[in-house]
Amino acid sequence: MSVLIVADTKNGAVKKASLEAVFYGSKVAAALGGETVVLTLNAKDPSNLGNYGATKVLNVSDASISASDPQKVVEAIVKAANSIGAKVVVFAHDSTGKAIAPRLSARSGAGLVSNVVSLPDTSNGFTVKKNVFSGKAFALVNILSDEKIISILPNSFSPEKGSASASVEPFSVDVSGISSGITVKEVKSESTGGAVPLPEAELVVSAGRGLKGPENWGMVEEMAKILGATTACSRPVADIGWRPHHEHVGQTGVAIRPNLYIAIGISGAIQHLAGVNGSKVIVVINKDPEAPFFKAADYGVVGDAFEVVPRLNEALRKFKAANG
Amino acid sequence: MKILVPISVVPDTTSKIAFTDGDTKFNEDGIQWIVNPYDEWYALVRALEITEKDGGTVTVISVGDATAEPVIRKALALGATDAVRVDTKPTESYVVAKELANYAKDKGFDLILLGKETISYNGSEVGGMMAEFLGFPFISLASKLDANGGVATLDRSTETGTEVVEVKLPAVISAAKGMAEQRIPNMRGIMAARTKPLTVVPASGVQGKTSTVKFGLPAAKSSLKLVDPENMDELVRLLHEEAKSI
Ligand SMILES: Cc1cc2nc3c(=O)[nH]c(=O)nc-3n(C[C@H](O)[C@H](O)[C@H](O)COP(=O)(O)OP(=O)(O)OC[C@H]3O[C@@H](n4cnc5c(N)ncnc54)[C@H](O)[C@@H]3O)c2cc1C
Ligand SMILES: Nc1ncnc2c1ncn2[C@@H]1O[C@H](COP(=O)(O)O)[C@@H](O)[C@H]1O
Repeated sequence: MSVLIVADTKNGAVKKASLEAVFYGSKVAAALGGETVVLTLNAKDPSNLGNYGATKVLNVSDASISASDPQKVVEAIVKAANSIGAKVVVFAHDSTGKAIAPRLSARSGAGLVSNVVSLPDTSNGFTVKKNVFSGKAFALVNILSDEKIISILPNSFSPEKGSASASVEPFSVDVSGISSGITVKEVKSESTGGAVPLPEAELVVSAGRGLKGPENWGMVEEMAKILGATTACSRPVADIGWRPHHEHVGQTGVAIRPNLYIAIGISGAIQHLAGVNGSKVIVVINKDPEAPFFKAADYGVVGDAFEVVPRLNEALRKFKAANG
Repeated sequence: MKILVPISVVPDTTSKIAFTDGDTKFNEDGIQWIVNPYDEWYALVRALEITEKDGGTVTVISVGDATAEPVIRKALALGATDAVRVDTKPTESYVVAKELANYAKDKGFDLILLGKETISYNGSEVGGMMAEFLGFPFISLASKLDANGGVATLDRSTETGTEVVEVKLPAVISAAKGMAEQRIPNMRGIMAARTKPLTVVPASGVQGKTSTVKFGLPAAKSSLKLVDPENMDELVRLLHEEAKSI
């Protein structure tokens, strides 16, 4: 049974979360004994998807077919899935997957599970594990319908890169009959100062109200710069305007799953943890040894941020100088 | 403008998450229920702002059993015109979306404004499904919204920035942070909410596409390693050699 993966692009390059979905989809296809086919939306040269397990790429080259206009993408997916006889469609649960996967589910009657963090278990039905309650718990969900849609949680699967190449075929679909009434007027890129955007970041340095005021963020930005990390903050800090809103992480902000999360002067309230507890390694710097964040941390430093952070920056600089 | 705001009832953000019946059911003991923050703070408040300015009505609708009613009343206290409860316990997004679409399909709503996701089952699924069932356009993750004269203009947030999008109404739009500021209900609103209509409609009995087999809690962090605040070289060494994260 073939698996179809829907991969979105940014300036022609397949997004990181979509690469994870391709890798995931290839594992599912291997288990089901089928082909790994990727539907790319306006990719420049997607043949490198072979490295992530794709056997075939169907590339749509039509700027009007984009995640901004889900109805048209759904049309393309339905046609592609039919052409290869796919019973499983895989997405990344990013802004693209969230816009499109539910529409596809309603259109085709295929059961959808989002925020998936495991490969399917097919020993008794078709069961996948998903994160619920903002990562505070998980659920095992069985998809009952014959056709299935899986939307995987970004940063949950690290692709092992191979060196195969995939065949690429242009794929066209007639969307002239679809008038969704959507017009994109303008695209504004967020200035993250060249850093990786938070949802995709592997290293994140974050600070909270313990920093006392916006004028003290210099040392946080410096740490991010040394590490090549992205900066984040707790909610009150964004609410009082010390930091931009897009930096706010947590239950009501951005949910992140980096390899390393360094939290400075953040108490670790449950709503903050809900957005960061998927981080692989957590370092907490807080002057209060009773701060709840220490319970969720791998490494803790009990101390005053204004002394500890400059010291850590110095140590990191030394390390970078020695290790390139 | 006639606006429909689907609201879900979720455990308060500080709730202890636990399961019963052999880990097959969420343990509701001692849980405080609230309106899902995205639905209340952003979708509902923005819907109220739009109708306060240009006239119109805001209907809130929730798929849930009778225990949801006190929470639905809170949405009425904030200023919604009326409320509807579709009488069934929600089990999965597909069923919820279909029930919502069944209710909405012949009511002539100009705008359906819902939250970007529930903080309980975190699917971000209901809006897109509902739009497909209704044949409406769907725009997810809007952080800013203006609507009048049959057109909505909004900012849609993606991982890398913002798109300014225009869409013809009727449409389904999901609300993210930034769309509005949280409001606190006042005494007048709370009093008025008691007599506002809350209509209960029967569910149509849609079949689900998935079934939850079991719940579980993530493995606890192994153990915290404290590092001497004077010795940050040691922390860097641990992050490099042990955690392999730098
Ligand atoms: C519905 C709801 C949703 C929410 N969503 C979110 C969310 O998404 N994200 C989020 O972050 N919050 C969220 N919150 C708020 C959350 O409950 C906390 O209030 C918030 O996370 C606290 O931010 P903080 O840790 O920066 O500040 P505080 O709680 O004030 O903590 C500051 C910390 O800094 C430490 N400190 C002080 N001085 C120093 C120093 N010199 N050196 C080192 N440490 C120092 C203190 O010991 C303290 O632990 C939400 C709340 C609600 C009710
Ligand atoms: N049971 C429900 N009743 C009404 N609206 C709901 C219900 N569940 C979810 N919604 C709406 O759909 C949005 C997205 O939910 P979800 O797809 O479950 O993440 C929520 O923010 C609500 O606005």
